[in-house]
Amino acid sequence: MKNTTNPPKRKKTLAQAMNTQKVAGYVFTLPFIIGFLAFLALPMILSFGFSFTKYSILESPEFIGLDNYITMFTGDSKFWKVFGVTLYYVIFSVPLRLIMALIVALLLVKSSKLSGFYRAVFYLPSIIGSSVAVAILWKRMFASDGVINALLQTVGINCEIAWLGRESTAIWTLIILAVWQFGSSMLIFLSGLKQIPVSLYEAATVDGATGIQRFFKITLPMLTPTIFFNLINQLINGFMAFTQSYIITQGKPRDSTLFYTVYMYQNSFTYNKMGYGCAMAWFMVLVVGILTLILFKSQKYWVYYESEG
Amino acid sequence: MKQGYKEKRMVLTVIYHVFTLLFALVMIYPVVWMILGSFKDSNEIFQQAQKLLPDSFKLTNYEVGWQGFAGYSFGIFFKNSFIIAGLSTIGAVISSAIVAYGFARCEFKFKGFWFACMLLAMMLPFQMIMIPQYIVFNKIGWVGSYLPIIVPQFFGQGFFIFLNVQFIKGIPIDLDEAARMDGCSIYSIFPRIILPLIKPSLVTSAIFSFMWRWDDFMSALIYLSDPYTYPVSYALKMFSDPTAGSDWGAMFAMATLSLIPIFFIFLTMQKYLVEGIASTGIKG
Repeated sequence: MKNTTNPPKRKKTLAQAMNTQKVAGYVFTLPFIIGFLAFLALPMILSFGFSFTKYSILESPEFIGLDNYITMFTGDSKFWKVFGVTLYYVIFSVPLRLIMALIVALLLVKSSKLSGFYRAVFYLPSIIGSSVAVAILWKRMFASDGVINALLQTVGINCEIAWLGRESTAIWTLIILAVWQFGSSMLIFLSGLKQIPVSLYEAATVDGATGIQRFFKITLPMLTPTIFFNLINQLINGFMAFTQSYIITQGKPRDSTLFYTVYMYQNSFTYNKMGYGCAMAWFMVLVVGILTLILFKSQKYWVYYESEG
Repeated sequence: MKQGYKEKRMVLTVIYHVFTLLFALVMIYPVVWMILGSFKDSNEIFQQAQKLLPDSFKLTNYEVGWQGFAGYSFGIFFKNSFIIAGLSTIGAVISSAIVAYGFARCEFKFKGFWFACMLLAMMLPFQMIMIPQYIVFNKIGWVGSYLPIIVPQFFGQGFFIFLNVQFIKGIPIDLDEAARMDGCSIYSIFPRIILPLIKPSLVTSAIFSFMWRWDDFMSALIYLSDPYTYPVSYALKMFSDPTAGSDWGAMFAMATLSLIPIFFIFLTMQKYLVEGIASTGIKG
């Protein structure tokens, strides 16, 4: 090696050089870096390129400029339909799920002998909720001769509603499924609630604050970072929902439950319009990205961080 | 006065438990209904849907369901699922721990940039990259095999890297320094000092990885076409398609079976699940 003739400071042997943090850092993180470039960065860049092409997987891509985007925004009425359906689903399922999670977390924060049991039961649905098994179960439950109608009959409500067959109710079976899986958000709220110093409540009680006042003046503000975190997570999850729509309703009736991701999948793999699918994916990345950014920027108006106060 | 206060508290506690218990029962009712339904005759599931307990416990549904479809039994699908979820989990756990050590303990150029990339990989959902990934894997001829599903797991998974980084940062750096004094290289500190200490985060990663891979249905949908290679999740979907007949009893039986590994993990590893979620906000 030429290096041996250089000043002593460069006379490190390979073994010594390897044993510095500078090099070791790269050695250890190399799997991630390679994986990131190969399985994420490269495909994303390619897909950006493909979004300007007409591309079925069988033929080579053909450049068509902005045609995909133009079709998407102006020519494809189904595109706005599925976007609207997905938005409707997110607008209802995310807040309802978080409210449910918060209510149950408040219920369970009081510790008792049964706390562990309750926590397990409320958490279970979110563990299994996204599985195909539960999707099949949901389909059966809301069928016109399913358990929901049967149970309603036993309490005297005689209805033969085909929940999955009507535009007004089908989407709600999916929203209910989403709300049912509030468990993991609940656990995050629970750990957030436990971090609120008891001294705050004691001081408030001494000052004569009622339970409702304590909730709105202490619990809720102290919990805003947790709410913020849950909101971002659930928002992304909501826009990405796939299995429910794909298996339970298959978009029926009349595309009223066809989610964005399912339509994207259909375009890419069923209709073989990969270029169009890529354009749809990029549009969604943009939408979710902007929403996340807005939420981050909005933090200063409603999220309370202790260090500031 | 004191007595009255105590009684009031008692009443409140009872109301609390009755209410919470009822609510909990409503929550798990669907699951219980499915499990018990798997022991009923198919027409019993329809005709007396409101009934929870079967007239008599029958295993017919399991026998019928197990035969699967297209000539392949559910034994094959379960074996496939165990292979996919098992290998993916081994890959994800090991690689994520190694990468996490680099992020948590080494200072290197562009570390901030790569860490940001890691967070991006963590946030970016699979649905957004599945089409371009498919195109790439199709180019290199991997479509139809398990490679596109398993191999990416061996390059570190954002959530598990993050979890391990948090955990390693909680280990006193003095331990590393003492080991270096004793002549340990950076590379031997990891297996000798760090690895034994991060067992909890390794177990948490393993549990979540296994559950997610077990449930994963999309990648099978995209990459697999031969029924012989289907995992349980995808096989269930095919099994439930109207073309394969609608034997709801058999479907419930196989759906129940497919959840058993998840139930098992849930019951035995709940502590790790709860801590994992509480400390990183991992999605369940």
